[in-house]
Amino acid sequence: MDTTWTPDQLQFRETVARFLEAKSPTGVVRKLMESSTGYDPAVWAQLSGELGLTGTHLPERYGGYGFGPVELGIICEAMGRHLYCGPYFASAVMAGYALLGAAEPHRERLIPGIASGETIAALVLDDLGDPDRVGRSIRAADGNGSSRLTGTARIVVDAQVAHLLVVAASDGDRVALYAVDPAAAGVTITPVQSIDATRKLSRVTFANAPAERLGDDPVDLDALWDRLAVALAHEMIGGAQRLFDGTVEYLKIRVQFGRPIGSFQALKHRCADLLTELELAKAATYAAAQQLATGEGDPFAPNMAKAMASEAYMEIAKQAIQLRGGIGFTWEDDTHLWFKRAKSSEVFLGTPAWHRERMIQKLEAEHA
Amino acid sequence: MRDDHDAIAAEVDAWLDEHWRVDRPLVEWRRKLVDGGWAAPDWPKEYFGRGFDAAQTAVVHDVFRRRGAIGAAQQGPAGLAAHTILAHGNDAQKRRYLRPILTGEHTWCQLFSEPGSGSDLAGLTTKAERDGDRYVVNGQKVWNTSAHHAHYGILLARTDWDVPKHQGISYFLIDMRQPGVEVRPLKQMNGHASFNEVFLTDAVVPAEDRLGNEGEGWRIANTTLSAERQGFARDRSGGAVQHLEGPIYDEYRAELAIALEPYTWYPQRTGRVDLALPRARETGALGDPHVRQELARLLCLKRAADLAAARAAEQRRTGSNEVIPAGSIGKLTASLIARQAAHVHTLISGCDAMLAGPDAPMDGLIAEILLSVPAISIAGGTDEIQKNIISERVLGLPREPRFDDGPFRNVPRNVK
Repeated sequence: MDTTWTPDQLQFRETVARFLEAKSPTGVVRKLMESSTGYDPAVWAQLSGELGLTGTHLPERYGGYGFGPVELGIICEAMGRHLYCGPYFASAVMAGYALLGAAEPHRERLIPGIASGETIAALVLDDLGDPDRVGRSIRAADGNGSSRLTGTARIVVDAQVAHLLVVAASDGDRVALYAVDPAAAGVTITPVQSIDATRKLSRVTFANAPAERLGDDPVDLDALWDRLAVALAHEMIGGAQRLFDGTVEYLKIRVQFGRPIGSFQALKHRCADLLTELELAKAATYAAAQQLATGEGDPFAPNMAKAMASEAYMEIAKQAIQLRGGIGFTWEDDTHLWFKRAKSSEVFLGTPAWHRERMIQKLEAEHA
Repeated sequence: MRDDHDAIAAEVDAWLDEHWRVDRPLVEWRRKLVDGGWAAPDWPKEYFGRGFDAAQTAVVHDVFRRRGAIGAAQQGPAGLAAHTILAHGNDAQKRRYLRPILTGEHTWCQLFSEPGSGSDLAGLTTKAERDGDRYVVNGQKVWNTSAHHAHYGILLARTDWDVPKHQGISYFLIDMRQPGVEVRPLKQMNGHASFNEVFLTDAVVPAEDRLGNEGEGWRIANTTLSAERQGFARDRSGGAVQHLEGPIYDEYRAELAIALEPYTWYPQRTGRVDLALPRARETGALGDPHVRQELARLLCLKRAADLAAARAAEQRRTGSNEVIPAGSIGKLTASLIARQAAHVHTLISGCDAMLAGPDAPMDGLIAEILLSVPAISIAGGTDEIQKNIISERVLGLPREPRFDDGPFRNVPRNVK
């Protein structure tokens, strides 16, 4: 499997990197962390309009650009590197991918707004850790032509700015997708405090809220989960790489005992270990994008990517603070911004242990 | 180019038609092979070769393989010796030593590592003192594969103690079959004895058997070590002859068995990841949530390491400007994988991991894995040295302060 980038992809990577480097320095990240919306509409308009990032991975017939998981991965990796604050992952990735599982004419109606960035959508899942548990809280009552939802999703990403809620709810039999107007009666969106203020979270409660069912078929949560996990894994390796690079540079300039502390083997060797873990996670993540794009490769590739990226990011985040010593524990130093994204992403969409278990289940299914 | 290759193939075919016979004694056949110029076609014309490039040489080997014809002998350390002598030897040395390597009449061993200098090879203290037209050698070597049947050894010894350590080393070709050379098998913790210790007590090397000048030994040793890394030590005869019949094949298989004997346990030091999932299934251990987690970790490591290596190779092939350090982490990942595999095999076996031999899981193979894995992070350069290399060359971190510059005589050393 060739997981190297084509010249076009490398150029795209460069473009996205330059944009985010300019628009998402940590000064801006810190300001948006303090804001209630968590994003800058002007930057959102540029990245969705001029750069077309919100539609990159969505089909052309729905107003997207028709690229795939590899290009989406390039975007997410850069966003993770620069801690981009905004509803990209919630709307373009989560809701956008979920709506590909809706029936026509709903896809035709709802996806173009997401692809263009004019609609900000949030995907409401009542469990963010395990697709098998989705639909246990939010129940749908389907009448003729309209539905009603009742239940709570305790953690929803970027619902506070959403124009559209895409909800996975159980009709008592199976889990299907519904569209809900966040301003409708019976919908309550309450911001909740999160460990990672660069990603805004809310509690979303439905009390007999009006909803529109987006197709008869149940939603394929496993396939959706794989796609989301691989996009998130890209975000994580981007962040991990940035933290790692910064840490190595710091070790070259910080002097103690009359020498740069990066000359001590105890620290050099730890860096070599971290590099190894990071490179393995990157290889797994890029291969998972290829697997999603081509259907070839290991069926467990998305699980491997999410598990390895989670652990590499978290380990690098821990060591990035440790290797900086006292300054690394201060609010003023930027390291904690990535540490918090790492911690939050570690459990978002399944813990490493959950993904390893799912990986073994897939191997068992292959053998059976 | 294609025409050139077809012509070569036709010439080799015609030559084999005339000379290749399965009832010839092996050495007699290889002498013919050397005289015919087909033993080492990539070597220079003056020294038994034809000056072929890699592609032309591959054509020759392909014909040999297709015909089931046996090629030149230069397995193991003899291949390293040949490569180094070709690069640094004088005319007399090339004429004298290369031919018997190709015919298999002489086997070789490598006398580099010492008990007192492992990772720090250049800190070696075996001494070679000039005495007229010869050198007298005293010291001890270790990790010498095949030394117990070798005719010659490639030897590093110190000839000058008053210069910095890398500058005082010389490179010798030593006759192993002399009174001053004693070879003892070195038994490893897994029970195998794949290596030897070699004791040199007033051993003699004629001055004409010094390779290069005095003090050039370290530079020349790097030729040997880089050849070792590139796999020159492997069997180049290329014939898949395991199942062919005829006296010459019997003789060849016997030669091969001796050469490969030290390596029988090598697959086990990698941890044998291939056995983990099937064994977990067969034993029922796959039902244990802890085993599932650790097995998944192992399979992730192995798969990701393969993917990283493939990605690095693809980058090298296309010469992309994106630099991937994946190539340099290969040795460290091999250690991680082997250790995790040993851990998983232990979990799967439970109390049976106490056993060895015929009563143990897989007739002792699992026990052999558990006792061989510690070698992987030491052999061919320890993980610690590898981490120095990665952190300095890939990450650009500064070196530790050193205490071994100046005359070697004054450098702190291990106490004997």
